[in-house]
Amino acid sequence: MDYTIKIGGEAGQGIQTIGDTLAKVFARTGYHVFTHQDYESRIRGGHNFFQIRISDSTVVASRKRIDILVALDNESIAIHKDELSDGGLIIYDSSSLKQKHDELSFLDVPFSKLAEEHGGEKIMSNTVATGAVLGMLGTDLDILNDILNDAFRKKGKKMMEGNRNAAVAGHDFAIKNCLKCSFSLARPSKPKMLIAGVDAIGFGAIASGCKFYSAYPMTPSTGIMNYIAGKGKDYGIIVEQAEDEIAAINMALGASFAGVRAMTGTAGGGFALMVEGLSLSGMTETPVVIALGQRPAPATGFPTRTEQGDLNFALYAAHGEFPRVIFAPGTPEQAFYLTNKAFDLAEKYQIPAIVIFDTYLADSEWTYERFDIGKIKYDDYRLRGEAFNNLTEYKRHAFTETGVSPLGVPGDSRHLVVTDSDEHDEEGHMVEDAETRIKMINKRLFKKLPLIKQEIEPPIIYGDPAPEIVLAGWGSNYGVMKEAVDMLSANNKIAMLHFIEIYPFPSTDKFDYLKVLADAKLAVCIENNATGQFARLMRTETGFEFKAKISRCDGRPFLLEEMTGEINAIIGRL
Amino acid sequence: MPSLEDYKGQTPAWCPGCGNFAILKSFKEAMVELEIEPHQFTIVSGIGQAGKFPHYLKCNTFNGLHGRTLPVATGIRLANHEMTVIAVAGDGDCYGEGGNHLIHSMRRNINVKLFVHNNQIYGLTKGQASPTSMEGMTTKNQPFGIFSEQLNPMALAVALDCSFVARGFAGDITHLKALIKEAIIHKGFCLVDILQPCVTFNKINTYDWYRQRVYHIEPAYNPEDKTEAFKKALEWGDKIPIGIIYKNHRPIFEERIPVIKDNPLVKQAFDKSKAADILQEFY
Repeated sequence: MDYTIKIGGEAGQGIQTIGDTLAKVFARTGYHVFTHQDYESRIRGGHNFFQIRISDSTVVASRKRIDILVALDNESIAIHKDELSDGGLIIYDSSSLKQKHDELSFLDVPFSKLAEEHGGEKIMSNTVATGAVLGMLGTDLDILNDILNDAFRKKGKKMMEGNRNAAVAGHDFAIKNCLKCSFSLARPSKPKMLIAGVDAIGFGAIASGCKFYSAYPMTPSTGIMNYIAGKGKDYGIIVEQAEDEIAAINMALGASFAGVRAMTGTAGGGFALMVEGLSLSGMTETPVVIALGQRPAPATGFPTRTEQGDLNFALYAAHGEFPRVIFAPGTPEQAFYLTNKAFDLAEKYQIPAIVIFDTYLADSEWTYERFDIGKIKYDDYRLRGEAFNNLTEYKRHAFTETGVSPLGVPGDSRHLVVTDSDEHDEEGHMVEDAETRIKMINKRLFKKLPLIKQEIEPPIIYGDPAPEIVLAGWGSNYGVMKEAVDMLSANNKIAMLHFIEIYPFPSTDKFDYLKVLADAKLAVCIENNATGQFARLMRTETGFEFKAKISRCDGRPFLLEEMTGEINAIIGRL
Repeated sequence: MPSLEDYKGQTPAWCPGCGNFAILKSFKEAMVELEIEPHQFTIVSGIGQAGKFPHYLKCNTFNGLHGRTLPVATGIRLANHEMTVIAVAGDGDCYGEGGNHLIHSMRRNINVKLFVHNNQIYGLTKGQASPTSMEGMTTKNQPFGIFSEQLNPMALAVALDCSFVARGFAGDITHLKALIKEAIIHKGFCLVDILQPCVTFNKINTYDWYRQRVYHIEPAYNPEDKTEAFKKALEWGDKIPIGIIYKNHRPIFEERIPVIKDNPLVKQAFDKSKAADILQEFY
């Protein structure tokens, strides 16, 4: 079983509600689910879609081929008709679209009429559509009923009942009228968790003891702020919407200086405003975690679309030289654990840690059996309370063997905590002398860097252990690369090298990935950007040069069929 | 009880005769009289001659970026609202580079005390116009005179319903000390604009210039009358009022956040196992 359902229409028509609800139904049924969204930067109109792939085995990418298209407008039919598989169907409401299609691949479901007749209100037509899709697939409505009850409980009994009835009407209509429906679903199994990238970052932050999150809304990072704000009261977290990104990072640094774990999140444009603050974190050795959501740029670019164009920016942003870590999760699960690792390393080494992601990962929902909270690391590296007060002497930036100085919480002790954006001495007071400057650079940069480097895990290899073809990539291309390996492994000795801990660049001590690359006949670097930023980083750090690259920079993610097609074309040229 | 000696910091690198010395003296005396010990407060300062202020006394210090004192101070207060948090900035720092933060700090009414060393000139960068430099003043960078109208921080603050709006003068230490104390005691965001002659770069707004103009706001004046306050805030020129121009008793931001109702954020322990509860919500 491997079906894809696409819901298309204008912004404001409720595409996301239908998509989210169906995804939840399938996850609770125990299927593997992968969703991805494509929307325009507008609240009403335009063309948007939500795509759901379901299977009884793991699915981690979107395909081009679709099996059911829920068309809420005529444009959706025009644009996506050709993506239909053999046996694929388009459901629509001819009275709403004012157009009738007689082809066998169309199923006309009077969403709006059924909603009024059975639910009581026209607004419930999306629930009719949701029920109809489940009817086409031949599943029952128990799980959907639970979800509808949860969603409408606050709005009262009438809304709950109305929506349930609307779902039944759509479901029964589809069963009765869809003569061409021949979908066969796998048996249900244990419910799975369904989680999107932004929620995983937010959840990871909460599980890491984040107490303060300040940000300015910007796609695709806003979801993190929304998620944490919703949990703030229960988990003791202050979320402050700052006046701008400059304030956001400076507030986070203030909170961190005062003794709590702090984070900010933004997109490339907002990160540009944060850059001076990033340098401030470096100079004052104040820990901070920054979630950096990439979207197509320069400038405002494609606000709601996806790209991996800010790797260079994350690597080189900020004036001066100081250590940083950069993690690029490729899945919600990696996002969860890497956000935790970002908090841990930021505080352990008193540095900024960047979690770089993109719109595709931010919005995509994945299913998992579970996340292991036991794997979350939480060590409080700060000097607090009595332990701080009992010291005979304290210097915030004391020279130490490791370069890491004690991070005291101001107010907990009679000792003063002093730091400065100017070059400073061990106590934190501004200085001008060359000798202290050199010692501080040694402490901040050269002593810490090798220790941080040791914390970095090597890339993940998936597929043939001695591959002739290697697909290398980073961040959100994990899914499509992994499935491409699966699809091509019948005829090829192929593997994926996926980099998630990007900087400091992983050493080959734990896993000699350079040997894998060197031994392969073909190593392809796959990136969602125009210039191959990761390939360049690889060459800079290791000297290895990718001979082949697959890139996409039109603001859309790689789809499976396109990816395998491009890889096959390169193999064919060998 | 702390003594003046407890606040003795590094030797100031300010020009002899700089108005900042008087502010430093008033501030130290105010802290002694309020019995706030060095470890009980944090000064966040920016860049400019005022930015060096915390180094010249003893306190927890975050000497951050130009213009960004208030966001850092806000973050500190939100993480630990038992800490007295003071922001020290110059006119360029606070009214120029960090203007947006000033506006929004007033809106939030975060309980931070902002002392602006206003010398109506850029000192550290050697004599360019500041937002409060007077129209027509010529400088190296403004050879035809300053065309932009002088910013009136007092009127801006009253318009934004800033919780405490006052003006002091570095040439009147007793009065300034009293203002600093009032600001620290006041519950709410405080803007204290301190007229501070720059003896090196501002040849117009000198000690004498200010002395001829400043007057103590009359005791009968009611600073809680916003209309009167706005009139008072607009006074500039021949007569410049010093004292409390406006105050109100708006609730402070920190008190409105349920998360820190009982305990400052920094004192709240983190329980990792609680995060496991969240997991269920994804099924």
